[in-house]
Amino acid sequence: MSDQTVTAPGAAGHLLERARWAARAYASYSAGDVERIVRAVADVAHAHAEKYAEWAVRETGFGVVEHKVRKNQACSRGIVDTYAGQDFVTPRVRIDDKIVEVPRPAGVVLALTPSTNPVATVFFKVILALMTRNAVVVSPHPMAKECCHDAAQLLARAAVEAGAPDGIVQSIAEPTIPLVEALMGDARTNVILATGGTGVVRAAYSSGNPAIGVGPGNVPVLVDATADVRAAAQRIVESKAFDNSVLCTNESVLIAEEAVADKLVREMERAGAALLGADDARRLRDYMFPLGRLNVDVVGKDASWIAQQAGIRVGPRTKVLVAPFELAVPEEPLTHEKLSPVLGLIRVPDAAAGIATARSIIRIAGAGHSAAIHSADPGTVMRYAAEVPVLRVSVNVGNSTGSSGLDTNLAPTMTIGTGFVGRSALGENLQPKHLVDWTRIAYNADPAEAMPAYAGLSPWADHRTPVPAYPVPSNDQRGLDRLDHRSSAVDAVVDRLGGSADAAFREQVRRLVVEELSHLIKG
Amino acid sequence: MHDYDAFSFDSKAEMLEKSAHYWNPDKTKFWSDSGVDLVIDRREGYLLWDMDGRRLIDVHLNGGTYNLGHRNPEVVAAVKKAMDRFDVGNHHFPSLARTALAEALVESAPAGLTKVAYASGGGEAIDIALKSARHAMQKRKIVSIVKAYHGHTGLAVATGDDRFAKLFLADRPEEFPQVPFNDLDAMEQALRGRDVAAVIMETIPATYGFPLPQPGYLEAVKALCEKYDALYIADEVQTGLMRTGELWGITKHGIEPDILVSGKGLSGGIYPIAAVLLSERAGAWLHEDGFGHISTFGGAELGCIAALTTLDITRRPEVRSMVHYIADRVGAGLREVQAQYPDWFVGIRQNGVVLGLEFAHPEGAKYVMRQLYELGVWAIFSTLDPRVLQYKPGILMTPDLVEELLDRTALAIGRAAADPALSRRRAS
Repeated sequence: MSDQTVTAPGAAGHLLERARWAARAYASYSAGDVERIVRAVADVAHAHAEKYAEWAVRETGFGVVEHKVRKNQACSRGIVDTYAGQDFVTPRVRIDDKIVEVPRPAGVVLALTPSTNPVATVFFKVILALMTRNAVVVSPHPMAKECCHDAAQLLARAAVEAGAPDGIVQSIAEPTIPLVEALMGDARTNVILATGGTGVVRAAYSSGNPAIGVGPGNVPVLVDATADVRAAAQRIVESKAFDNSVLCTNESVLIAEEAVADKLVREMERAGAALLGADDARRLRDYMFPLGRLNVDVVGKDASWIAQQAGIRVGPRTKVLVAPFELAVPEEPLTHEKLSPVLGLIRVPDAAAGIATARSIIRIAGAGHSAAIHSADPGTVMRYAAEVPVLRVSVNVGNSTGSSGLDTNLAPTMTIGTGFVGRSALGENLQPKHLVDWTRIAYNADPAEAMPAYAGLSPWADHRTPVPAYPVPSNDQRGLDRLDHRSSAVDAVVDRLGGSADAAFREQVRRLVVEELSHLIKG
Repeated sequence: MHDYDAFSFDSKAEMLEKSAHYWNPDKTKFWSDSGVDLVIDRREGYLLWDMDGRRLIDVHLNGGTYNLGHRNPEVVAAVKKAMDRFDVGNHHFPSLARTALAEALVESAPAGLTKVAYASGGGEAIDIALKSARHAMQKRKIVSIVKAYHGHTGLAVATGDDRFAKLFLADRPEEFPQVPFNDLDAMEQALRGRDVAAVIMETIPATYGFPLPQPGYLEAVKALCEKYDALYIADEVQTGLMRTGELWGITKHGIEPDILVSGKGLSGGIYPIAAVLLSERAGAWLHEDGFGHISTFGGAELGCIAALTTLDITRRPEVRSMVHYIADRVGAGLREVQAQYPDWFVGIRQNGVVLGLEFAHPEGAKYVMRQLYELGVWAIFSTLDPRVLQYKPGILMTPDLVEELLDRTALAIGRAAADPALSRRRAS
């Protein structure tokens, strides 16, 4: 019996149960099977990148369609290309160590996806799960449930059509907090991937199940006197404007060394930023942080809309609002995460003060997440990395796409591990290896005891027919002929081909489809 | 001391003694003699515990009554909640829960079934089906299968095996002709006179050990019914409710029956109910005289709530998928066992999670049943063909429990194969 008392109710529990069957089946698939399935799913996701970018923006009101397209593409084919040539299926033989490693998938992955970055995260987590032979249940943020559920269903169909076990990808159509808590605590969930607010991440860690949850970001970016100021300005503005700054990797506070600050601001204005005067900065604070808390209306909105709401006049093509402030302390609202294209600006006398200021920012929020620096001095970069408690420092690149691995050689990800310092079990960018354990076969280290050859040995089998097999009667293995009238697959094809046709034609189509399916099965 | 709040027994021995004394002496003795000293006490999911505390995996399910497991939490919760508002109801009047369930059943059923009549159990439901057919066709004869089993009420018992009909002088061969299963010539012969109201068929005859219809047999019987103007009654008491991997087993044959009967599992194992689904033609009496069949407890409203919940659970796409997985795993596991004992474990009859395991001895299934019982599995032999063990995994079984079941089954079949009593009798 389970020692956990939480059981997901009703249909949601059955979702996990089905996932468990699917995971068991998938855990015996070969590397070739997995490659075929992952490729098919990534292709379908990639082909629908625009559709879901547009849908996500429409449903949530967050972000920029063209930027979400880029993320959707990066999280579909991009991910597959990144890990091309690696597989998480074939046993690994370490001859010198006399160790053989046999992969053991996590099982059922419960993938919580956020509202700010919805479909890209669905693509990302589903593909990671499929690469590592896990079943995945997507639990979307309620604000983005329609686009995410639809996207997950699309990927599910693509996976099964490519030969994956039935139920390998599922999603929750109507997520609620009690339901998600029940799913997280259910013993049938093997690992939770929690991307979202602090509440959901803490709940994941409290569930009693293994969890990979990540903390929030609040990214400081330091520009020191050695930086290529013009390039830095352009990169910061582009990055801050990216997807209207809903990513946890978007810059939050710009720390500028005094010697280059004026030039930096000028260059940023040329690149589309608007520097606010003291009065406008106050208006913006009052609007964005009434009673000191972030007004969620601004999340993912564009800069000119926010300016208008705050009663500030800026040019219509303004991409980023830059609001100066004096003191990096918690009661200064501009030191907090903004999830919108508003950048706090603080000037410092030198690089050392800049590093200290970045520490102050991270002390307020964003521990373990990421920071950026624009500098030509490796000594400064090294000190910055050592002193600011974050787990990735992007250098001379916009942090949005830098720390998420889209424009650096970090693992491309939608889930940024914030490590122990950020109250997370994960310190890296989430990647496939985090969803698979390895059983290690370890031989006696005594040289007298030789390890025989393991090369080419694999316990997995190729799968060419549907899993599970349709339950045809045991005395009638002609199989598909028997399910002619009731097969949903057949019905779907008939509906597509003969939707408006008469009964005789529909019957003819039906017969042809059944015949064809029979050949497939026999072949 | 075994205290059950409403009553108590000092010991299992005392309980068995009273069972024989006050309830059913022969049945009590039968199980003692069979080496199955089971008195079911605690029950949960697909597990039973004997009064002595011994745990058993239930693959008998009382004919599918516990298709969703014992005390399924969703069914229990729904019925508990309903008890704050509903009771048995009053069968004279239009009823809230009966109507809601009827709509759900019709919506779930093969095309052509449009009305629902309720019974308190499967036998009564079969009686309603037969009465409906007789009324609709204005003919008396009902053709059934030799070794069929449709229950023990007045008409139903006459369609079944002589053993139960003759005991109570209820056999009426002139009105209830029987033909061998899978014999189309005999079926045609029985129907040729055009004096038959209906053919009643279990989609897979359960008590006969689940012999599978030959491919095309049921379809041909349906065609013969149409040719000779008889109705086709699908007894889906044991094959319905997703046990074959589709909600109604008959739909896998592409057959649209005139009448479909469901019982047992429909109750969720919590509140007795059975239902007859009728075509407009078969249900004509419901237009003519709605009081034609009266049943106080038939379709009791609490039973309707249990059935609605059961239907809801059973129809989930996740559950259908799970049944396919279970069927696949159990079938593969049993074939592995069979490969070890090919001369003893001679056949696997399977359609979904409806399984009959055939053994090479006239009473082979009784031996296997005993060994399974010793090893913590409860499965029952087929009353009308004791070579065959009925083996009925539940549709919500978990992967781990399926594997445990297969482990125990493999060992039990092996032990039965080596049973010296059996080899002596086999040799003789």
